[in-house]
Amino acid sequence: MIKVIQPGLQTTVQDHGRIGYYEVGMPPSGAMDKYSYTAANILVGNDENAAALEITYMGPVLEFHQDAVIALTGGEIPPKVNGQPVPMWETLAVKAGDQLSFDFVKQGARVYLAVAGGIDVPLIMDSRSTYTLCGIGGLDGRPLQAGDELKIGYEVKHQVKIGTRIQDELIPTFSKTNEIRVVVGLCSYRLTEESKERFFSIDWTVTPEANRVGYRFKGERLNFVEREQPFGAGSNPSNVVDLGYPIGSIQVPDGVEPIALLNDAVTGGGYATICTIISTDLNKMAQIKTNEKVRFVAVSIEEALQARKEYKDKVAQMKQQLQLS
Amino acid sequence: MPSTKSQVLSPIPGVFYRKPAPDKEVFIKEGDAVKSGDVIGLVEVMKNFYEIKAETDGVLESFLVNEEDILDAGQEIAVISVQ
Repeated sequence: MIKVIQPGLQTTVQDHGRIGYYEVGMPPSGAMDKYSYTAANILVGNDENAAALEITYMGPVLEFHQDAVIALTGGEIPPKVNGQPVPMWETLAVKAGDQLSFDFVKQGARVYLAVAGGIDVPLIMDSRSTYTLCGIGGLDGRPLQAGDELKIGYEVKHQVKIGTRIQDELIPTFSKTNEIRVVVGLCSYRLTEESKERFFSIDWTVTPEANRVGYRFKGERLNFVEREQPFGAGSNPSNVVDLGYPIGSIQVPDGVEPIALLNDAVTGGGYATICTIISTDLNKMAQIKTNEKVRFVAVSIEEALQARKEYKDKVAQMKQQLQLS
Repeated sequence: MPSTKSQVLSPIPGVFYRKPAPDKEVFIKEGDAVKSGDVIGLVEVMKNFYEIKAETDGVLESFLVNEEDILDAGQEIAVISVQ
């Protein structure tokens, strides 16, 4: 069992996500940075869908009440065991009574803590991911609180040697200025040519409204092509007839402050979505903090698929490396 | 007696507030005495309000950020002089 002494700012149980219910309006939730989440599970020999903790901005203080094998990946929120710094991206052993805590965030925004066996919470619609807006999944459908007790599960697939490390070239680095690749559409035709051009040529600043639901950006006003709104669409020029929102889609309500919809977002609605973040760059998006900068770069579907292939190759490389060690 | 300076940092990024609510007085004024554990401001991010607390006893010498400034993680918020 792991006892929560301090919960951190927002620490939730997440797995690969609640996949397959999007059409009934259930967003997937799940780890926002899948790459780091996957690496953490690989490092402790877990099933790849095992539940881990997603830590945001500020780490919790956790006390282990049993011996455990753990791994910490993602952004750099330097971890300590009993006050001594321990490495990230490495298989670690902790003993009953050990306390895990964290320093201030240095880079990135989210850390994943995987425990060999996974975090044992009930499966809700095939997933252990916390969806706080509905209050389901994870531990009682909410972020961790002081005094919570987390059970460790049995989803270990193989033993990984303590001290096993992800190769340096497979460890992502994080920056305060980022390029995020998007595929233009579905409703980009609603923006004026000038606004479309501006969208891709300015640095957007992440506002304090940036969480698992979505990230809101500050930059400049964008304008929509004037038209008589069709039947079924709202009266604002940023409205269209309702559509399903792709995960990672970007909308600009009233032309002010674009919002990227992420893992816990509404699944559809009536705002024009002007582009969609490619799946691999959602991992990067998850590690961007409030007040950091984003430049959006348009890519083709082929380039997005190529990026996905490279991502899969990297994950395969990680697994291969661990089997060799 | 010489005094040493102690920095108060924000562990998280977000919007800084010196008041508990818009219609309330500030938590602490510059020049006031402060005790370890006293709340000196709030940082709002992801709809959470995180309390920034003094970690030493002393006098709150100055704030280095303004009401509603957007802070980076690790940014210096205030200086406390410790007697």
